[in-house]
Amino acid sequence: MIELDNLCIVQGNFSLTNINVSIPQGAYAILTGQTGSGKTSLIETVCGLRRSTSGRVLIDGNDVTRLAPSQRQIGYVPQDSVLFPTMKVERQIGFGLEIRNAKPAEREKRIREVAEMLQLTSLLKRHPGGLSGGETQRVALARAISFRPRLLCLDEPLSSLDEPARESMIKLLGSVHKTQQTTILHITHSSTECQQLGTVELRLAEGKIAPINTQG
Amino acid sequence: MCGFGAMYLGLIVAMVVADYQYANWSDLRELLSEPSVRFSIWLSLITCTISAILSMWVAIPTGYVLARVGRDSITRRFANRGLARRCFHALRYAIDTLLDIPIVLPPLVVGISLLVLFQTPVGRSIDTAVGDFFAMIGFPGIRGITYEIPAIILAQFTVAAAFAIRTMRDTFEQISPRPEQIATTLGASHYQAFANVALPQSKIGCVAAFTLAWARSLGEFGPILIFAGTTQMKTEVLSTTVYLNFQLGNLQGAVAASLVLLTLAIVVLLVTRFITLIGDAQRGVIA
Repeated sequence: MIELDNLCIVQGNFSLTNINVSIPQGAYAILTGQTGSGKTSLIETVCGLRRSTSGRVLIDGNDVTRLAPSQRQIGYVPQDSVLFPTMKVERQIGFGLEIRNAKPAEREKRIREVAEMLQLTSLLKRHPGGLSGGETQRVALARAISFRPRLLCLDEPLSSLDEPARESMIKLLGSVHKTQQTTILHITHSSTECQQLGTVELRLAEGKIAPINTQG
Repeated sequence: MCGFGAMYLGLIVAMVVADYQYANWSDLRELLSEPSVRFSIWLSLITCTISAILSMWVAIPTGYVLARVGRDSITRRFANRGLARRCFHALRYAIDTLLDIPIVLPPLVVGISLLVLFQTPVGRSIDTAVGDFFAMIGFPGIRGITYEIPAIILAQFTVAAAFAIRTMRDTFEQISPRPEQIATTLGASHYQAFANVALPQSKIGCVAAFTLAWARSLGEFGPILIFAGTTQMKTEVLSTTVYLNFQLGNLQGAVAASLVLLTLAIVVLLVTRFITLIGDAQRGVIA
């Protein structure tokens, strides 16, 4: 369960005030809103990359508002994917486990498992420079889910993909949600993604957030 | 405008060619056969390498902090706190300016400042402590810092570190902080994000900063002359060998020693350019 309790974010002239929202455990929440409405600011605040002015972020009832991003157990796929330029795909996927001092055998097993799920097995020895847009997004997703986060935040992960790659990624995201049973918060402008993936739909407008639809 | 550039380029080439033409190879052989000159070459190579390593030790963290705590990040972080923002901007500006002082100071002033510093009570006690340390580890010949080998290293380091910090700051400024932020969401501390994500990306900048620090140390003369002296077989480095030969009216010897310096500098520059080219090629593939 993810709860935002009276969350306020003020940055210069821009502000989000009294954001109250509750996303049930295991839900696939879709967050929509106009460009510049503060979707990325909100998701980055949830991840701990931005500071809130006031209010609380709760994950499974625990207040994580003052915790560093490293302590929140949230997987994040930013809009621009941002892979680590000097690391091979294999190490990128295992990075979260490497940092947690997972045993090499356990790490290797999880890398293979996630790579297989996201069709990345043939790319494991490659550097990010030679990857296509779709491959880059899949690596970013694999990296974010490999350490089994409590919440997965996706910031327009399909925006730069062509139609076939987008459809394939929608299927993969659905499969990841089903197999990993992780709560997902996904920002998008696409109604197709909303319809095919979302179990909870939220809309951010004029600094406020409102639920549109809840499927359970 | 191209003409002025061509003239300057011509001047550099002419200087180098003139040195090589003026030098008599038998003078060079004679110079290199002198134990004191061989000692000064070795001392130069060893002290330059130690100074460059120490410079990098300081330059990597300092350059990183200066790059990451830049104007934009202060403005973003303290967007709603005007006084704190102004204070941090002023502090950053002051630190940046202080770090540039060794670059703009005349070299002799750096030497005199170091000499004066080690005449203060604190400086003297450090001097004595360093002498005791070297005696303890089996080098009783090094009796402290001033007019000893550590003075050469400190004089070289003082200037070289400032150049290395500039280079590392520019390097880290060109590296996006976003991958480090993403690394923290994966569980990495700020240090782990730096060590695993930012530092490997700065490899080429590190090589450039190291070679620049090394080359600056090799060419350092004024601060060494004042702070370490020019005692043969003790504190004489290549740059002071040139000076001593020139002072004694031995122009051939001075030019021969200059040629050794010049050759080392050219080798270092070529190696740096080669490594940078490799880096550019790699970035073309990786980025």
